[in-house]
Amino acid sequence: MNGGDEGPLRRAAPALLGLGVLALWEGLVRAYAVPDYVLPGPLAVARALAADWPLLSASLLVTLEVAVLALAAAVLVGGLLAVLFAQSRWLERALFPYAVVLQVTPIVAIAPLILIWVDNVTVALLICAWIVAFFPVLSNTVLGLRSADRNLADLFRLYGATRWQVLWLLRLPSALPFFLAGLRVAGGLALIGAVVAEFVAGAGGSGSGLAFRILEASFQLRIPRMFAALALISACGIALFALLGLLQHRLLRRWHESALARER
Amino acid sequence: MTALAAPAPRGDAPAAAAPLVALRGVAKRFASGTLALAGVDLDIAPGEFLSLLGPSGCGKSTLLRLLAGLAAPSAGRVAWAPGHEERRREIGFVFQDPTLMPWASALDNVRLPLRLAGVPRAEAEARAAAALARVGLAGFERAWPRELSGGMRMRVSLARALVTRPSLLLMDEPFAALDEPTRHRLNDDLLALWAESGVTVVFVTHSVFESVYLSTRIAVLSARPGRVAAELRQDGAPLPRGPDYRTSAAYAALCRAASHALAAATEGAA
Repeated sequence: MNGGDEGPLRRAAPALLGLGVLALWEGLVRAYAVPDYVLPGPLAVARALAADWPLLSASLLVTLEVAVLALAAAVLVGGLLAVLFAQSRWLERALFPYAVVLQVTPIVAIAPLILIWVDNVTVALLICAWIVAFFPVLSNTVLGLRSADRNLADLFRLYGATRWQVLWLLRLPSALPFFLAGLRVAGGLALIGAVVAEFVAGAGGSGSGLAFRILEASFQLRIPRMFAALALISACGIALFALLGLLQHRLLRRWHESALARER
Repeated sequence: MTALAAPAPRGDAPAAAAPLVALRGVAKRFASGTLALAGVDLDIAPGEFLSLLGPSGCGKSTLLRLLAGLAAPSAGRVAWAPGHEERRREIGFVFQDPTLMPWASALDNVRLPLRLAGVPRAEAEARAAAALARVGLAGFERAWPRELSGGMRMRVSLARALVTRPSLLLMDEPFAALDEPTRHRLNDDLLALWAESGVTVVFVTHSVFESVYLSTRIAVLSARPGRVAAELRQDGAPLPRGPDYRTSAAYAALCRAASHALAAATEGAA
């Protein structure tokens, strides 16, 4: 957005580069006659994607469901905690370190424990993905709630605003850009969390998400299918990121610096 | 001389009208230990336009915050005239920046004080629209702060301060960041609003010219710790003032007097 001219060529550049790399890949695989079980070419991956679509699309829905539900839970819990923290320094001081502990402990290390403690696998996956996703929402929203303009806060005090009015009319709108930035990060993390947890769970033979399909395909040496599942996960992540970006733009375009088009 | 000058010429008998607010021996020491104000005695008469003139860091803004009740004095007291104790109904505040909510339209920004006071929406919107019209922004109700110029944003801020019909309007160097033509136009419009509404104004500035052009009385503050070092009255100056006043001999004489007072107050502490 801060680049030079936004010509059609410039906009198409990432797609053109991608196509070029794919073509090079296909060409090299054919030239050296690399077998599919070592490295399949893009066409072989596309064929696998088409052939296994019923299986893969069902898995895609499973993974996506976990990621989206985890993201929703992250927004709910992260947002509510942030509001509580903004109301009470004491509460923040008491609870925030534990949120950090959750954040810095690798999810791969906690996932097996959660899978043991929680009987329902879907719920266990959800908890894992939530743990990864909620921190950016929490920390960004806390920062945003604290960033309200000091003079505006004085004005609210001058006019005898209640705590609720300050929160609703001043702090929450001030926090919105911060929250949305956190949400965008959390979207990608929720997907990663869901996939990582599935890997851990998948080894135990349960679940049917995309990560499980990747494990399964690797055991069966169906490498093209493995790549197809991988491509689907990436596409999912990109779509989620773009969707949240669109939401961010929609909500902020009329007033926030980040979303304003600059006249040149 | 117009009738609008009526409240001002009381120079011979300062005790005639009871002050709206009286400051007695007011001092303010911050938690950091800095003494911002010391021994400030000041009466604010109803209907006057008082400028607080002083070098930067002399505690002008602090004094304004004490008047607004946003901070408490460390010593002394700020006493309001009987019947005016409920401050939030009495005070309008204009900051150095327009301090608008960027996520709300001009109308919603002006409506804020009424909304916080629980005024019904329809009535609040009508009053906010009227306040916007009074500052010359009719037709800009739906505009977003980002779309307005610096001067227009300051007008929105002024409309918001006036929408509750306060008895005391506190202004903290409101036009310092504006270009000169815009500042002069806002000066004139502010004087018209003051005359029309009868509001008492306390106007903080570091500009000698602005203080002389606007006020009926100037209190010169000394450098930190701030105290009232000198007072200048200009009851004789014509109202309403216009471009001619800026080139008049009376204006020049008062500017000279105020400059000297300011220089003396600054040096006295340095």
